[in-house]
Amino acid sequence: MNPIATQQLIDSAYIVATVFFILSIKWLSSPASARRGVLVGEIAAALAVGATLANPELTQYKWIVITLIIGAAIGIPLGMVQMTAVPQRTALSHAFGALSASMIGIAEYYVGVPHVTRFGMGEIGLEVIIGSLTFTGSVIAAGKLQEILPQRPIVYKGQNIVSLSVLGAALLLAIALVINPANTVLFPIMVVVSLLFGILLVTPIGGADMPTVISLLNSYAGFSAALLGFVLNSKVLVVAGALDGSSGFILSVIMCKAMNRSFTNVMFGAFGQVQTAAKGTEEARTVRSASAEEAAGILAAASKVAIVPGYGMAVAQAQHKVRELYDALTKRGVDVRFGIHPVAGRMPGHMNVLLAEADIPYDRLIEMDDMNSDLPQTDVALIIGANDVTNPAARSDTSSPIYGMPILDVDKARTVMVIKRSMNPGFAGIDNPLYYFDKTLMLFGDAKGFVGDIVRELAGSNSH
Amino acid sequence: MPSDFLSNLYVFILAGFVGFELIKRVSPLLHTPLMSLTNALDAIVVIAAIIIAGQHETKLSTILGLIAIAASFSNMVGGFLITDRMLRMFKTGKQPKKS
Repeated sequence: MNPIATQQLIDSAYIVATVFFILSIKWLSSPASARRGVLVGEIAAALAVGATLANPELTQYKWIVITLIIGAAIGIPLGMVQMTAVPQRTALSHAFGALSASMIGIAEYYVGVPHVTRFGMGEIGLEVIIGSLTFTGSVIAAGKLQEILPQRPIVYKGQNIVSLSVLGAALLLAIALVINPANTVLFPIMVVVSLLFGILLVTPIGGADMPTVISLLNSYAGFSAALLGFVLNSKVLVVAGALDGSSGFILSVIMCKAMNRSFTNVMFGAFGQVQTAAKGTEEARTVRSASAEEAAGILAAASKVAIVPGYGMAVAQAQHKVRELYDALTKRGVDVRFGIHPVAGRMPGHMNVLLAEADIPYDRLIEMDDMNSDLPQTDVALIIGANDVTNPAARSDTSSPIYGMPILDVDKARTVMVIKRSMNPGFAGIDNPLYYFDKTLMLFGDAKGFVGDIVRELAGSNSH
Repeated sequence: MPSDFLSNLYVFILAGFVGFELIKRVSPLLHTPLMSLTNALDAIVVIAAIIIAGQHETKLSTILGLIAIAASFSNMVGGFLITDRMLRMFKTGKQPKKS
């Protein structure tokens, strides 16, 4: 076949792949068609990769095949991780995506130099800056989520000035390169400075803000791929990158809204650090605690129960015990539903995946707004490992750092039960007045152990 | 300004709109699989990596291309795999369980 015809065939394959990418995301919108979405995505990817391998410009295949095999060997175990490890896996995959995009950008520069145009240099510079900072930023985020690095925000004085100066330096280097693209000394410095900025950007951000950070890194990874599409004049990359970038962007906006915070506040606010000691705790406020037996009795007598899970449930790996509790109560005719706050957990949708893993039907997983209209008619709200997303201070206390954040109104339920290790304040260090209400019962213990005890009590009382 | 840039910008803006409209409709239930799926789709940069590595212009560009192939192909394989695993877990209460 003549080269022009081959190229046209390859381009046609890319067009089909692009259409399939869009269908893939379209079908993901509901659980019923979502798996079909994955299938067309896979077909599209196979088609595009296959067409690329047929490109006559390729002069060697051996190493390509070897590295494809290496990639698959890394990818398969990363695709098989436990559901509790999905946030760090996702952060790592953003790192890989960004690494790949910036490697290609760097290679393009060195292949093209000294014939890189100023315009082309601008595209490459921007692409490599975003790719590099997303790479290191995502590695740090993955380290925090895996708890190799401390989850608390790491801050120092003048930090924002330092971070922003580093970003400024990277941009200035890019501008200098646009003025003189042949300046090969500046290029590696720009890369290193961008890598450094990624580290500085994510290190100060605390674990509770990870849903927003992961979404934002997702967005950056997508946009760096789209920019790469500009550099290489590849429409399929532009489309895939634009889809991924806008997805991450929308998720970040949803996460920010769910915390009533702005992007700048998440990125530069170091949440959960400053206000820890801000409020002198009024001492000797009493809480009521209850045993597993009492809790089981109250739950068994209820007709409507709302369970509100949080990151604590994931940490304790309690989702399977929660499923047993759901079964035991459902068998007794209790209506059990789960109230899912958008930022519960460490990434968007984290709680849904964990509960689905434990075989809880997804029609029992209720979004915050729908749950809130139902909570006043609910007998018992059982909170497992969630804290800030249930804090009524967000509605009423203007001095609270989380004031204005939409919450699950668990305090509207007739009885509130909270499974918690101790009275220590949660991750963000904000006191939760919910715990001192008369209708609130504190169930002190490990989430998995305590839910297990309740299940046993329910089974025991069943037999007599 | 090269004409390629404008046609790419054109595609980018349209794709951005399509993405925005589609992703707005994805149920929050599926936000985690959404992220892993878009990640797998984004791994299509592997095609650019294959070309860079395969053209074998300089030693450096080949090595960078090969690193990019491994990184993005692992995302492609792992991303589709985990998305499908997650989606298989989402079941309604009514239908009889099958796996």
